Amino acid sequence: MELVTSILAIAIRAGTSLVYATLGEIYTERAGILNLGLEGIMLMGALSGFATAYYSGSVALALLAALAVGAALAAIHAFLTVTMRANQVVSGLSITLFGSGFASFLGQRLGPISNNHRLVGLSGPRIAPIGVPGLSELPVIGALFTQDILTYALYALIPLAWFYLYRTRHGLNLRAVGEDPQTADAMGVDVFKVKYLATIAGGALVALGGAQLSLSYTPGWSENITGGRGWIVIALVIFAMWNPARAVWGALLFGGINAVQFRLQASGTTIPAGFLNMLPYLATIAVLVAMTFWESLSKRIGAPAGLGNAYMREEK
Amino acid sequence: MRKAPPRFPKGRFYVVMKDRNGEGAWSQDLLPAQGPRARGDGELRERLVEMRGIRKSFPGVQASDGIGLTLARGEVLALLGENGAGKSTLMNILAGLYRPDAGEIHIRGERVRIESPRDAAALGIGMVHQNFMLVDSMTVAENVVLGQRGLPFVPDLRAVKRRILELSARYNLSVDPEAYIWQLSVGEQQRVEILKLLYREADILILDEPTAVLTPQESEELSAVVHRMRGEGKAAIFITHKMEEVMTFSDRVMVLRRGRVVAEKTTADTDPKELARLMVGREVLFRVEKAPFTPGEPVLELRGVSATDDRGLPALRGISLSCRAGEILGIAGVAGNGQRELAEVVTGLRAAKEGLVSINCVETTNASPLSIIRRGVAHIPQDRNQVGAVGDMSVAANLAMKGYRSRPLSSGGIIRPSRFRDLARRLIELFKIATPSTETRIKFLSGGNIQKAILAREIGACGSLLVAVYPSRGLDIGATEAVRNELVAERDKGRAVLLVSEDIDELLSVADTIAVLFEGRVMGVFPAAEADAERIGALMAGMEEGGKRT
Amino acid sequence: MNIHFEKRKSLSRTALVLVPLASLAASLVLTGIILILSGADPFATYRAMFRGAFGSFRAFTETLVKAIPLTLTGLGVSVAFRLKFWNIGAEGQLTVAGVAAAAIALFLSPFLPAWALLPAAVIAGALAGAVWAGIPALLKTGLKVDETLVTLMLNYVAILFSEYLYYGPWRDPKGYGFPGTAPFPEAAWLPRIAGRAHAGLWVALALALFLWLLLARTRWGFELSIIGNSPRAARYQGIAVERNIVLAVLLSGALSGLAGAFEVTGISHRLQQGLSIGYGYTAIIVAWMSQLNPLAIPFVALLMAALLVGGDQVQMAMGLPAAMGFVMQGMILFPMLAGSLFTEYRLKIARA
Repeated sequence: MELVTSILAIAIRAGTSLVYATLGEIYTERAGILNLGLEGIMLMGALSGFATAYYSGSVALALLAALAVGAALAAIHAFLTVTMRANQVVSGLSITLFGSGFASFLGQRLGPISNNHRLVGLSGPRIAPIGVPGLSELPVIGALFTQDILTYALYALIPLAWFYLYRTRHGLNLRAVGEDPQTADAMGVDVFKVKYLATIAGGALVALGGAQLSLSYTPGWSENITGGRGWIVIALVIFAMWNPARAVWGALLFGGINAVQFRLQASGTTIPAGFLNMLPYLATIAVLVAMTFWESLSKRIGAPAGLGNAYMREEK
Repeated sequence: MRKAPPRFPKGRFYVVMKDRNGEGAWSQDLLPAQGPRARGDGELRERLVEMRGIRKSFPGVQASDGIGLTLARGEVLALLGENGAGKSTLMNILAGLYRPDAGEIHIRGERVRIESPRDAAALGIGMVHQNFMLVDSMTVAENVVLGQRGLPFVPDLRAVKRRILELSARYNLSVDPEAYIWQLSVGEQQRVEILKLLYREADILILDEPTAVLTPQESEELSAVVHRMRGEGKAAIFITHKMEEVMTFSDRVMVLRRGRVVAEKTTADTDPKELARLMVGREVLFRVEKAPFTPGEPVLELRGVSATDDRGLPALRGISLSCRAGEILGIAGVAGNGQRELAEVVTGLRAAKEGLVSINCVETTNASPLSIIRRGVAHIPQDRNQVGAVGDMSVAANLAMKGYRSRPLSSGGIIRPSRFRDLARRLIELFKIATPSTETRIKFLSGGNIQKAILAREIGACGSLLVAVYPSRGLDIGATEAVRNELVAERDKGRAVLLVSEDIDELLSVADTIAVLFEGRVMGVFPAAEADAERIGALMAGMEEGGKRT
Repeated sequence: MNIHFEKRKSLSRTALVLVPLASLAASLVLTGIILILSGADPFATYRAMFRGAFGSFRAFTETLVKAIPLTLTGLGVSVAFRLKFWNIGAEGQLTVAGVAAAAIALFLSPFLPAWALLPAAVIAGALAGAVWAGIPALLKTGLKVDETLVTLMLNYVAILFSEYLYYGPWRDPKGYGFPGTAPFPEAAWLPRIAGRAHAGLWVALALALFLWLLLARTRWGFELSIIGNSPRAARYQGIAVERNIVLAVLLSGALSGLAGAFEVTGISHRLQQGLSIGYGYTAIIVAWMSQLNPLAIPFVALLMAALLVGGDQVQMAMGLPAAMGFVMQGMILFPMLAGSLFTEYRLKIARA
């Protein structure tokens, strides 16, 4: 029981950043925009979050900085794909290339002179876990209540995100834009505005997921701190079938893989670390294959029909 | 001056019209007393819409060249014109989808600017587009409230459903508000489109070729709804290129040609023949010259063929047909009754689940598309922009796409671009394809010229059978005639032609034999000479020869 | 007044040429702003970068050293991109090729004649790259699994696998704990032209020309461009779409594989940490900036290589992070993507 609780606790901690990023990408894709820039945005979120916390000492400011940086990068993607109708795949890739390059650059430039301008190896303020008195003592589900504030916020955010998407006017417009922008436009929905807002808000959430890494999960800045999480999230969106309520399961699965990995390494297994480290990536491929296969059986898993296409009104 | 009571054309809509007349929808006295009444005819009732000097150009096309238009309360106006005459452009401007380059729009006497569909909706303007504006994966209720002004942040969908049910009872438009759009038939989807406008209390309705996708029965239902709405003081504009529709639906008709108004008539004072002449700008001969019908051996034979559509639902159910050399076999039917799947099974693009297909006595059931091409089968596909032509490749490359595998276009796996160009120049001249050069990307050509290019390529590759799916859809009269004449020329050369069309006139004038498809079944096969539009219409709607509905 | 885009009647050739050049200029300006903000002199930095990449014969050969793998991976990526197969796995394909070439060079030298060792290692590398690309190709054509993610995930798998080898069973026992294999026998060394620039240069240039001929002048190339533009149209023309996609992606993987084989046989002469410095990702920029034209790829690859080498020099000379090269690369893509619209559209300003 101890073991299950502790694995679950680690899984939730490891999964938190994934949930934020998954929610962000779900909203982006629901507006018909595929953003492959997640890895770059998460890295920039992690970097800006840590740097802000280090210099200001304020975690709240750090989170705000990450949100702003994520929104700004996503705004570039929105401008390129919505206004300039660039290919979404290539635009997303360039966000990732730029984001990872820039994060690496800043990581070697923003640090204090004493550390040779580097941020690597510094420790700054972090978001500490807070146990909920009473609840955190419970077996198994106690794991849910020994988390940090970002995780607790998710407990509210997930149902809110679901409600917003399926029960509100904005959610209705958003879904319509992603499915069929032409119809949404003809019905008086401002397609450009919806696409921009969804992409920017989504990018902000993704960056928050990145900041959770550098402020809580693995505090501090290190190059490639995300380790491909931005890419895994793209698969998690498919796993969640574009439904915010399901975002949590994929994140827990991958968080769980991380937790098991730690446990095994800690217990001195004979399986080489390299192979254990491959697990999340192989699991991503497996998830993709399984979901695609399932889609071919059930015909509909909910990918927005207009995903990946540029929209323009006066095409003739 | 009072409006003369309408005269009804004798035709199959007569009975329906009498019913409507019984409701008194034509009589002005029953109209709600609204708005100022002044001066003569057309000014008697409140002028809802006035468009003045509307200009709109697209690259290379003056789609609207100073068009003016008025619409009064309780009036149904038909906008008649060929494809490309500027009807849809004008209406898209009124609906806020396009912005005019110049011109004024007045709604209820006030000058307005319609910058977006949202503005149009606020002015009470609603449009039913030719391609329905419905989100497939959402419910009827969600579609109805989508984009609506003043919708609360958390819409009360239960109230919405109640209101939809009320409206559908009042207008006899039954539809389940909780159904998803993809579950509905085309006719039901159109009902949703109309409900959407009624829900928003639009009083200026624009209908873009509303009957194109409907069975005759559904068209009658639609006309009943329109007349009922007119009786309530709403007004409607119809876009159409069908004379019958003008005669049955409208009070007044405006004929457009090349972005200009060429005539404006009270419907009662005109007739289909005059309208056709006005629309095309010359006398129209609905006859195609062709040699006497002397069929040869069967080329294409289908026996008990069944197939499914893209969603895995049955699309063809036991089709047996045969098409002989020197014969045009016309396939009639409302779109979506298995025509596309039939053509794809014949050309190897879709697997047959059951049955036999043979071409020139050789079985080709589920043979590869390439092996069927090699048997001399040519195919003019339904989707000319994505399938028939490759938009981002040059005209020359597109024309070479059938012949590139062999000499003279290639030898030993190496292609010869100069020979591509030679071929292209020859075909461009022969088929009068209007293109700036052989190297222009084909997507920059007009629809008619793209279709001519496809036709030129396919006819060149045709050895025994030509499968043509909606070959004249969306083309202007000139291009349509060219396409039809080429089909007949192929037949006269002794090829078998399978012609899928939704235009009964086209089938009657071009085909030798007509087969009617309904829900994937052949409802009847008969010589075109013995067929008439009414009989085909009934079969298309699924009525058995005896008059029963299946 | 209202400004919007209007479709041109034909492609603008001017825009086709102008956009990449303008993008390069825009990148210089944007990166300059970043440099000023981070307290560096952009002009001095650019001068140092240029000197670092082209300032001397030695510098130029170092730039060539990086241009070779960028050309090969760029060619590989562009073949797949032409088919709208988003192969972003060049990094992984390059890495497994390095592993395969190393395996041949290390373990088959006793069994192969000396002359055959190098060709065998290079061919094994190309094959391994093809196999690694073949996995997502088969998943895509067979099961319609999205290739973007699979190719990317396989990058991580390939890199972790190579790390496992040179940290584990293949580690040089005489290497004092250095993560890498033992050096290859000299028979497996690729001949050098000048400095560290090796004969792979000629192969890369020849392949660029060959690929251009293949795509523009052969039946197969014609079929590939039909598939890339519209798979449905290709099927309708009787072309076996799936098979040709798989073949083209195998070619794509083999080209990236060659890059990996050349890196180990031409530069490091062993499998070790840092086999690739992100060549597979920069290849995407190379391919896109060349507008997927094989003849343009060597030139763009040289430019990107100059940014990388220049970035290294800037680090040494001015203490700026070498990642600056990557920042500039990313900065080139943004204006490039924004500008491509102008080849098909123009701005129309109308007074409403």
